[in-house]
Amino acid sequence: MRLPAARSTPLRARRRLRGALAAGLAAGLAALLGAGGAGCGRAEAPASELRLWAMGREGEVVAALLPGFAVRHPGIRVQVQQVPWSAAHEKLLTAYAGDAMPDLFQLGNTWVPEFVALRALEPLDARIAASRSVVPEDYFPGIWATNAIGGVTYGVPWYVDTRVLFYRRDWLARAGFAQMPGTWAGWREALEALRARLGDAGFPILLPLDEWAAPVLLALQRGAPLLRDDASHADFDEPRFREALAFYVGLFRSGLAPPRGAAAVGNLYRDFAAGRFVMLLTGPWNLGEFAQRLPAELQDAWATAPLPAPEGPGPGLSLAGGASLAVHRGSAHKDAAFQLIEYLSEPEQQAAFHRLSGDLPARRSAWERAGLRDDRHARAFWVQLQAVASPPRIPEWERVAERIARAAEEVVRGERSLDAAVAALDGDVERLLAKRRWMLARGLGEAASGEAP
Amino acid sequence: MSAAGAPAADAASAAPVLAVRERRAARWLLAPALAVIAVFFALPILAALALSFTDFDIYALGDLHFLRFVGLDNYGELLASPRFWTALRNTLVFTLVGGPLSVAVSLAAALAVSARLARFRAFFRTVFFLPTVTTLVAVAVVWRYLYHPREGLLNQMLATLGIAPVDWLGDPHWALPSLILLAVWKNFGFNMILFVAGLQAIPAQLHEAAAIDGASAWRGLRDVTLPLLAPTLVFVAVMTAIGHLQLFAEPYVMTGGGPSDATLSIVLLMYEEGFRWWNMGQAAAVAFVLFALILVATAVQLRWARGPAR
Repeated sequence: MRLPAARSTPLRARRRLRGALAAGLAAGLAALLGAGGAGCGRAEAPASELRLWAMGREGEVVAALLPGFAVRHPGIRVQVQQVPWSAAHEKLLTAYAGDAMPDLFQLGNTWVPEFVALRALEPLDARIAASRSVVPEDYFPGIWATNAIGGVTYGVPWYVDTRVLFYRRDWLARAGFAQMPGTWAGWREALEALRARLGDAGFPILLPLDEWAAPVLLALQRGAPLLRDDASHADFDEPRFREALAFYVGLFRSGLAPPRGAAAVGNLYRDFAAGRFVMLLTGPWNLGEFAQRLPAELQDAWATAPLPAPEGPGPGLSLAGGASLAVHRGSAHKDAAFQLIEYLSEPEQQAAFHRLSGDLPARRSAWERAGLRDDRHARAFWVQLQAVASPPRIPEWERVAERIARAAEEVVRGERSLDAAVAALDGDVERLLAKRRWMLARGLGEAASGEAP
Repeated sequence: MSAAGAPAADAASAAPVLAVRERRAARWLLAPALAVIAVFFALPILAALALSFTDFDIYALGDLHFLRFVGLDNYGELLASPRFWTALRNTLVFTLVGGPLSVAVSLAAALAVSARLARFRAFFRTVFFLPTVTTLVAVAVVWRYLYHPREGLLNQMLATLGIAPVDWLGDPHWALPSLILLAVWKNFGFNMILFVAGLQAIPAQLHEAAAIDGASAWRGLRDVTLPLLAPTLVFVAVMTAIGHLQLFAEPYVMTGGGPSDATLSIVLLMYEEGFRWWNMGQAAAVAFVLFALILVATAVQLRWARGPAR
């Protein structure tokens, strides 16, 4: 079941249960080892206790990586607090309001601007420049950029996340396409051919109407600015956004996608297996789910592909997602916290983290090490991660994005014409940004600073 | 009636003698409760009222210098926002359709399980009460399957009657009625128990007398049962209306307010403003509008209930 709150977590509300037992054993073992290590440490140096908050599955498995850290830094004792994704955002905000922030925490990269506005994050540029293990060049540039607000870096990517197309190869072949087309026109053609083959049995593509990822990434692909003037004004009433929105709405209007929200999908995997939809726009957490939940005879039939581009060639942009590790500005153990970031950023640890959690490593060298470059399903993510962009990095973004999805839904359902919906969207977002304009006008730079895509 | 009135009159005449000591004792006995109410109830309400005149948001949470006093702007923006009117309309439809329906169903169920000819009364009372004590999240999972457009039981039953499937939660026209149905089913058990208690307080002789006078079952219900049940009915109606105006959990777990805001309620709007977007000022304004709404609705109901008695 999906709770609305879970939707705001960065692209990864659903986690795998597989391996939970193994992870539990590993965590228990790690706790024993960790305690032993800290015991030795106390004898040599004064112990400093570092509090780390990690979410969901990451919180379960991170403890298994810590014994190595304890060996190298016997003076630092790490206390891991596991926070469920569905409550993570509220917990962090309340911790901030109650002055109970951990020293170091996992932060969905769409939340970075908000916590920068709160002045809760420590700038990390100097530490990164001096570090030998955190090498910015080894990261995917689009993902790295999500952590920089106003030219200052506030987080180090821990794992990455983006959206690609998952599809049924067998159905696409039956519709006359040997592989996924690389352009919008070709994509649309394939969807039309699929509709002719499927008839009433299903839909060519599933795009939940209440999720903003699809309309936003199509607009980014078209080069729509979304916001203008330091992200202080709405900029939807312009040709590129209109074109992207018209393409998106057209998929529903032509019966290529069902006009329904995410809640109307019963069992995604069973529907996919039954051919009720052929394509799905989703993220890396479904690599494991598909491998595990689809019947054995379909394991050769599903594939992944990077997104088509408006004109091609090369993949169209997708969203830069994932989570970073950030240090609390008020922490008394910033050096120790950054040492832990350095340790978790090492390619060996990144590869080990992938094995434990299924998350895609943030460092490119770790992909080789984890054997992901040769994985036929992960390959689409490798290609796509070279072409990712982040939407405007401002605290108001989630709200703007919800409004975009709502405007698209209005047009799909025929409640408003495209012109009227775009005009209303412009007006609403303009109002949402009023406080931001006030802050910028008064030169309250840091808190309001943001970046247009 | 007169026998019941006599002791009360005695107490009233003895009152002046004990008044001072009693009042002092009463004050001390009440003090802890009043203090708790002041600290945990009155104070937060006043703070929320003050908050509703500011633009407290994520920026202000970071630094209080970014807090602005905006007067009645939050209320003005709210009244100018189409989403607020959508939420208000949905909430009123839910209350005006769902409320009476819920009261009627619970009254019917109470009459049924209280009927003397009915068998297994205890069993049915328990079964009807079960949905009330089941957590809504668990209920929502089951009902989402019932409402599923393809595999749902409801649509399969419609199909046997030759009726085309309905997208219960996905169609903006059907989503709110679907939630009303769920809410009625979920909550009628509680009111039913209140009605059962009310029915048991009606002396059997009155029914017997009406029957001897030749009253039909319907006349008996209309002229004996319902008038004597009036206090329970007023209580149930007021509590049901207040509960329905605070609609939140059903759309929160079933639809998230969609499709097309068709199930967005006032409290859901407040939750979104406050805890999702951290616009505490705006959320506080929504809370006070809801407060005013509930106050008016309750006053109207009490007035209406008192009317016929005069």
